[in-house]
Formats: sequence, structure tokens, C-alpha cells
Amino acid sequence: MEEDLPEAPIATTPSDVNHTASWRTFRPVIDLKLCTKCNVCWKFCPDDAIAFDGVGFPVIRLDYCKGCAICAEECKPKAITMVKED
Amino acid sequence: MTQLVISGNYAQSYAAKLARVHVVSAYPITPQTAIVEKIAEFVASGALPAEYIKVESEHSAMQACISASALGARTYTATSSQGLLLMHELLHWAAGARTPVVMGVVNRAVAPPWSIWTDHGDTMSQRDTGWIQFYGESNQEVLDTTLMAFRLAEHPEVRLPAMVTEDAFYLSHTVEPVDIPGQDQVDAFLPPRERSSTLEVGKAMRLGSFTGPEHYMEFRHKIAKAMVRTRDVFLEIEDDYARITGRNHGGLLPTYKTDDADTVLVTMGTATTTARGVVDAMRADGHKVGLAKLRTFRPFPVQELRDLATRVDRIGVLDRSFTFGAAGAAFTEVAGALYAAPHHPQLRGFVAGLGGRDITAAMVREALLDLLTRDGPESSWVELKSRTEAS
Repeated sequence: MEEDLPEAPIATTPSDVNHTASWRTFRPVIDLKLCTKCNVCWKFCPDDAIAFDGVGFPVIRLDYCKGCAICAEECKPKAITMVKED
Repeated sequence: MTQLVISGNYAQSYAAKLARVHVVSAYPITPQTAIVEKIAEFVASGALPAEYIKVESEHSAMQACISASALGARTYTATSSQGLLLMHELLHWAAGARTPVVMGVVNRAVAPPWSIWTDHGDTMSQRDTGWIQFYGESNQEVLDTTLMAFRLAEHPEVRLPAMVTEDAFYLSHTVEPVDIPGQDQVDAFLPPRERSSTLEVGKAMRLGSFTGPEHYMEFRHKIAKAMVRTRDVFLEIEDDYARITGRNHGGLLPTYKTDDADTVLVTMGTATTTARGVVDAMRADGHKVGLAKLRTFRPFPVQELRDLATRVDRIGVLDRSFTFGAAGAAFTEVAGALYAAPHHPQLRGFVAGLGGRDITAAMVREALLDLLTRDGPESSWVELKSRTEAS
């Protein structure tokens, strides 16, 4: 409700509370057998949608990935495939 | 109180000093330069203990003011024409973030062709940014209105940025006697800004960041409602200012000799002074003419215009700007305000004085005679130098 909102648009939470991936059509799926841990996907991701697991493999953060496929395009060993969402 | 003979630009500078602004950030541009030059002198001499932030552009100047204002500082900047246009994105930010920045704007025509002379095209281009807009007629009015603008912008029911404009050269570089209120009078009228509820030092907060469709519209509606409240809050503030200084410039739409008038010309800025003399002369000839001055363009004085429309048969609107593909900006707004009202005086628009061309008494007289006695076009450009008839 309008009355519940502050007068100025302020927030006390960091902006990653906003999950911004609802319009994704294709999701990146990583074949870890082909991945060389080169981090190129992480470098090219225009959002903050790629994290790393404990041993250095990339993990897609699906709350933020909008399915732009830049990671799949840039991945040298072609370890990332774009799969249509259900 | 003292009286000084100063330009409209210095009227702005003195108002900022009297308001005890904390932060000034500005970039020089003709014909605004003297405003911020004088403020820089005040700061350098210690007369104004403010932070003067030098920046590389008007865009950055406005950003500096927004950031300081969000933390509770009283902020001031000034610009003109191209500089105002460069600020455009940040003007939306200032209003959207509800930061009560006050800005002096010296109305100067927009290029190309390059011009340094006055018209209202620069500020009319900013009418949808959420800024309160005052148009000044005299150097005294500029100083008084700037002081009122601080209190209005910072009022808890308003919290919107405000610009106070003055016509280039006619005011900016013309000296007039101006009553400078005493610092004690201004302090009584304009106490220090209340602590900001926007951002707090030491607390992690975001201002104006991502908002989904579920909230955006409600935030915009808050601005719309604040702008509606601005009218009544301003009238109270001006009453209080008059109580302290003895001067009241007449609210949002001051009128002149409209009580028994059947024809009224709506004016803005310095053209009003010229038109007032014409009204006196035509009254001497027996014409029942009067004036209404758009002192604010945002909020637009809809209620005042509708009241006026109940009393008069003909309204002319003298515009110093033009909205391409439509008509003069003030003309379209006056027409919009009156269409839904029960009274519909005959309405006609006159576009004059673009790029610093003088709006002469003869021009104003012709416009009023045109309204009184002739069937003219709905909208016309006055004294256009053309082989074909102006239209």
C-alpha cells in the first residue's frame, strides 16, 4: 500500500534481495566435465549471476540470471548449454 | 534590513547566503555566472560557512546537491539554458529521491541557433521533472521567493526541489534597489533544516534503487500528492514571510486590475512589468483590461485560473516559449485547466520574445486589442519577421 511506503524511495536492505530473473526463457547449464575453471563466464556475466563452488567450478545463481547466454557464447570449451525453461 | 542596488543574479546570491546554505555546487554558464561567483566570494571570505564543491559539469553539480541534500544539508545551485538541459536526468533524480534542492535558473534561450538571451524554453523543458517552478518579475521578488523556496522545498508535507527563475539580462544583469532582510529576520523565518529522514550517516541505506512494478506507481503518486499540497503550504509560507518582512508577492497567480476586467492577459516573468503599464494606459482609454501573472508554473495554479475564468470573457496568454507541434506551453496549460471548468472564456495564445527579442508595450497593447476587438487565430507568433502573415 502507498501508505506503508516511505516518502522517499529508500531501502535498508542490499539490492540483491530483489530477485530479477523471472523473465528468463533459457537457462545456462554447465557441463562440469568440460569446464576448465577459467572464469571467463564470470568475467563476462553482465549481472552478478555466477558464483563458485568450494572447488572453483562456476555455479549459476538462478535468482539473478536472465538467460542472456553471454556466458555460453564466451565459454571456450563450450561447457555451457542454454536449455529452454519449462 | 538594508537596501542594496543589485542585479537579479546577486539577489540569488544574497538569498543563498541568508538561507545559510551548507553546500553549494555549481558550474558557471552565461548569464548565471555572477550568482555562483558571488557565492564563492562569500565562502572564500568566511561570510558564508558553506562547502563549495567545484565540479566539471552541471550534471555533477546537481548530483552533488542531491547527495548532500539526502544527508540533510541545505543545498543550492544555479544554472541556465544548456547547463539546465545537461542536468535534466538529475532533475528527475532530485524530485524522485525527494531531495529539497533549491536552484536559481537564469532563463536563457536554448541552442541552436546559439543564444545567450532570455526566453523560457529551458525551464519549460523541465516542467515534468517534479520540480516546483517560480518565475520572477523583479530582483526583489527573486530574493524573497528564493528564501521562501527553501522553506517550501524542505517542508515535511512537500519535500520537493524548487527552482526560482529570472529572465536573462532583464533581471540577471539589471540592477534595482532590493531590500535585504536582516539575518535575524531570515533566521526567524527559515530555521535550520530539520534532520533528514532520508539517509543517515553510519547506516547502510539505498536511495532510489531498483523498485518493481508493485511499488513504483505509488512512489510517483506520493510526488503528485506532495505537489498538490505545495499550493496551500506556499500560501501559508508567504503569509509568514509577509509577517516578518512586510512583503507578499501575491501567491501563485497574482492579478492586477482584474476585479471588473472583462479581458485578462496571462503573463510570466519580466513581460508582466511591461504589460502592467499597458493595462494602466488602456484603462485610461476606458478598456476593462487586467493581468494575471503565472508566478508558479509547477504547481500550476488551476484553482486560481478557474476562479478568474468565472469573472472574465476573454483570456490571452503571452508565452515566451513554444512547444513544437502544439502551442505555447502556458497557453496549453491554461486551456487544459479551464476545459473541465464550467466557465469558458474565449482563449487566445500569443508567442513573443523568444531568444531575447523585446516584448514591447506596443506588442502587449496589440495583443490586448486583438483580444478585445478582433477575431484572431487561436494562437499566433507576435511580430514575426515574415513575408507571410504570422501564424
